[in-house]
Amino acid sequence: MLKLIFNFLIFPGFLFASCVGLIAGWVDRKVTARIQWRVGPPWYQNFVDIIKLSGKEIIVPQGAKAIFLLSPFAGLLSAVLAAVILGRSILVPAQSFVGDLIVLLYLLVIPAASLIFGASSSRNPLASVGASREMKMVLGYELPFILVAVVAIIKCEGAVKLGNILSYQMSFTSNLILPSGWVSPSGLIAFSVAILCMQAKLGFVPFDAAEAEQEIMGGTLIEYSGLPLAVFKLTKALLLYTMPLLLIVLFWGKDLRPAFLIVKYVSLLVVVILIKNTNPRLRIDQALRFFWGPMTVLALVAVVLALFGI
Amino acid sequence: MNIKLKALTKSIWVFHAACSPCNNCDIEILDLLTPRHDIERLGMTLAASVRHADALLVTGIPNTKTKERLKTLYEQAPKPCVVVAIGTCACGRNMFRDSYNSPCNIDDIVPVDVYIPGCPPKPEAMIAGVAKLIEKLKSK
Repeated sequence: MLKLIFNFLIFPGFLFASCVGLIAGWVDRKVTARIQWRVGPPWYQNFVDIIKLSGKEIIVPQGAKAIFLLSPFAGLLSAVLAAVILGRSILVPAQSFVGDLIVLLYLLVIPAASLIFGASSSRNPLASVGASREMKMVLGYELPFILVAVVAIIKCEGAVKLGNILSYQMSFTSNLILPSGWVSPSGLIAFSVAILCMQAKLGFVPFDAAEAEQEIMGGTLIEYSGLPLAVFKLTKALLLYTMPLLLIVLFWGKDLRPAFLIVKYVSLLVVVILIKNTNPRLRIDQALRFFWGPMTVLALVAVVLALFGI
Repeated sequence: MNIKLKALTKSIWVFHAACSPCNNCDIEILDLLTPRHDIERLGMTLAASVRHADALLVTGIPNTKTKERLKTLYEQAPKPCVVVAIGTCACGRNMFRDSYNSPCNIDDIVPVDVYIPGCPPKPEAMIAGVAKLIEKLKSK
């Protein structure tokens, strides 16, 4: 029991995951600044932001329901739970339970859902525009993302346990590479689709229409201030920790010694940041068409290729 | 000094409240975000919504319409929130003092913490103003 609480609150749960996530968020801001030829903030900037926000006044708009204040915490709790399940399955692959991949996929939708609930209960017209965009975005990226997870399951001979997926890759070869030593086409296609889905799940630039600062002034977050806003920022940091790690577990899990894990995590992070900094924002209809069109087709192709064993 | 106030001085999110300015001050404010001056070094970013703001940057002279808007904006901002008057117009209405559509000064509507004069003030002057602002917050 004590061990579970330790797992949830400290390692690999809330404290560890949010620290890594906030530092990853700093890497994002720093790299962005360097790309724009600026200096960028100091490394502790995101921690300071969270502390500052938690000390500010909490404003609840007139007529908002209790869900306005509850939904950020629901999002945070599920993000922490996702980080714990993923972290545990990396630390002790043998102890994971059947179907934890499915649980994880559901848990990772809840932060977006909490954003939608919170925004729609705030009674702000711009927030409701943001909520409707977020909803469409979730519908858009979930379909290819689940297909991509199916590719990983097929390639690991039907394992739906994260532990089994990992141990299969450790004993044979990672899902990106065929046993013969060639690059696996299905793994590669699925991995690239997964990176773009991750971009949308993190709400990063080509797919950030729900939080567009220039047109709808922060969209879903527009009415949030103080502690709830800090909780949303923390949830985002946790997702920034969880999502690249999930992709590594699904496709790139050949060697997960700490040094390799860190190199893989940072390289995925840099890919996300580069995509973010070199693309303009897509309109919501373009984003939806992108995910339901090319991305779903590619994911289906990957599923078929995986069934043929290449 | 408590830790939350200290955090506030290291991460001031600013909201740009343009009260019918001529846009010169606003251009100079945007200069603060460019590579030469980069105020993100000091943890300052432009906030999208006034609910996220720690500082209101007010430019221009309030007229009968924007007077009400500025008051609402200040009430909507979560406290502690500081107000910075940028430009000679915001500091004392300059040559528009006797104009028919200029009913009052900014400090008659909201409590101003720092005045940064200039027409428009240089980005360096604004950074000096921010340093004074941080000193003022520290003494609170």
